[in-house]
Amino acid sequence: MKILVSAKRVSDPNARLAISKDGKWIEGDVEYILNPFCENAIEAALQLAEAHDGTETIAVGIGDDETARFIRQGALARGIDRGILVTADEAEIDSDLIARIYQGLAYREKPDIILLGKQAIDGDSNQVGQLLAEYLGWPQATFASKIDIEGNEVIVQREVDGGLETLALTMPCVITADLRLNEPRYASLAGIMKAKKKQLDELEIDDLELEDTDAKVEIVGMSTPTGRKAGVIVKDVDELLAKLHNEARVI
Amino acid sequence: MSKILVLAEHEKGHVKKVTLNTLAFARQLAAKTGASIDIAVLGKGVGDIAEKLRGYGAGTVHVADHAELEHPIASAWAKTLADLATSIGATVVTAPASTIGKDVLPRVAARLAAGMASDVVGIVDTAKGPAFRRPMWAGNLMGDAFIKTKTQVISVRASAFDAAEASGGSSALAAFAAQPDLAKSRVRFVKFDGVQSTRPDLTEASIVVAGGRGLKPEKGGFGAIEPLADLLGAAIGASRAAVDDGYAPNDYQIGQTGKVVAPQLYFAIAISGAVQHLAGMKNSKVIVAINTRDDEPIFKVADYGLVADAFVAVPELVAKIKAMRG
Ligand SMILES: Cc1cc2nc3c(=O)[nH]c(=O)nc-3n(C[C@H](O)[C@H](O)[C@H](O)COP(=O)(O)OP(=O)(O)OC[C@H]3O[C@@H](n4cnc5c(N)ncnc54)[C@H](O)[C@@H]3O)c2cc1C
Ligand SMILES: Nc1ncnc2c1ncn2[C@@H]1O[C@H](COP(=O)(O)O)[C@@H](O)[C@H]1O
Repeated sequence: MKILVSAKRVSDPNARLAISKDGKWIEGDVEYILNPFCENAIEAALQLAEAHDGTETIAVGIGDDETARFIRQGALARGIDRGILVTADEAEIDSDLIARIYQGLAYREKPDIILLGKQAIDGDSNQVGQLLAEYLGWPQATFASKIDIEGNEVIVQREVDGGLETLALTMPCVITADLRLNEPRYASLAGIMKAKKKQLDELEIDDLELEDTDAKVEIVGMSTPTGRKAGVIVKDVDELLAKLHNEARVI
Repeated sequence: MSKILVLAEHEKGHVKKVTLNTLAFARQLAAKTGASIDIAVLGKGVGDIAEKLRGYGAGTVHVADHAELEHPIASAWAKTLADLATSIGATVVTAPASTIGKDVLPRVAARLAAGMASDVVGIVDTAKGPAFRRPMWAGNLMGDAFIKTKTQVISVRASAFDAAEASGGSSALAAFAAQPDLAKSRVRFVKFDGVQSTRPDLTEASIVVAGGRGLKPEKGGFGAIEPLADLLGAAIGASRAAVDDGYAPNDYQIGQTGKVVAPQLYFAIAISGAVQHLAGMKNSKVIVAINTRDDEPIFKVADYGLVADAFVAVPELVAKIKAMRG
């Protein structure tokens, strides 16, 4: 079996973000982390590989040269076999182009399962897995919280509104990970050493021979949402109830 | 004239409120572009749903009634919706950013070679035409997404739009001969384990009582906040930590990766107020925080903060509301 898994770098959610001068992206001294949902996807890929002998796992990151570090430390050091970096300027690409890049990679690598995160916590789009599945004509299971392989079917439990849904997909398929899928492991010291020697290929978008490399969506402006002001601290339940009843008139 | 196609969301024979919020978005967009609005109802045995949507001023309510559409399998729903959009010449396809909308719409976009904006909260005028405002970085920043393709797909953050009111009149009803091709899609529906609840839906409730990791089961857990929800007719929500620790089902999670709510009144009980939680509730009208620690970030967004043990304060609040109401 062959599994393609994502390793996207995102800005630290606790970083204070500034809007760039052209008003279209972020700038400044931002710390980066591996997208938390990619950590779940990587862990799932490793668990499937451990349970099924002969599985090859490949991590994909799309971004600038710095992204290579996240592929090595976040994926290869944890045990993913090899990596692919597709260099691109993330401010210029949308989820649709990312999906088409993955489509190109799928044609080259012919994986049985593509495991992505359900969303990237910078853009918060929640689109790539679904777009990719449609471009490839493959079945999908988004928001996965449990994955089991039975014969040639992948049984996936999904977190959806109103409860949990279970789907059975025939491979090849696309799965997007939710946070409760697993507890991502830490890289071991041995893993970090091994990762240094693992294969990490670098490609450009043009190498993938896509029909079209234009983004369909462009961010034309960024702004800070209007914040909320802190209210008052009440001294006890009586005062709280009085405020809710007389001032806010909600009870 | 251009057309906006709205995918209706429904459950057990009733139209979900998020559909009406999405219709409100469609009306705002139509007012700017002069487009007309059509509604799509997909499912099995959904004639009644379509009937209920005829009073909202849509040109036509299209019904794709098909056994293969019984469960919202993304490939089958996306093919049907894209085929319908093509056959009626719709240039905008929109749906609530629910788990169904998130699952299905990107596939519709791929089929229609359309650009897509997710979780849209507003429409902004630019020199090139309307752009769609959407939260990014867990809502710490807002981005205005301009879609360059002729056909556009948009998922709508329901809590940002007041539900559309019925406008009278009666839309035409049209049956759409769906060809979902489920057999070709290599997906088998296995089961759905629904959360049984007599309380209102989180995304429809005007009051939400949410609990966090501080509601330790050994001290009473979520049982401590249920009487408050019962008394107020409120929905119950939870932080991710509370769901992870098994205090509440996943369907209750509020935040960046759960549901987004904006009720009239939101109780954050034993919730610290991490950015990812705030992303799902900070647009609530009135926020009450009850927490033992006075320095938690939740107090920065709360209108009324009470520093107290929830297991003492909440029962007291319940008793006093009852006493007040007589
Ligand atoms: C990618 C990503 C996505 C995430 N998405 C979400 C999301 O969608 N939603 C979400 O909620 N979180 C999300 N999180 C997690 C988030 O960062 C926090 O960990 C989580 O919100 C914390 O939940 P909590 O406030 O219940 O727990 P804690 O932070 O542990 O807070 C518990 C609180 O209870 C108080 N307390 C304890 N005992 C009592 C008592 N007896 N009475 C009153 N107060 C008491 C404590 O003072 C504390 O403030 C996400 C994290 C990541 C990395
Ligand atoms: N630049 C990227 N490099 C690698 N994978 C990505 C990238 N952007 C998005 N992805 C994958 O697509 C998922 C969904 O992203 P999005 O639709 O943009 O929220 C992410 O969780 C990743 O798994």
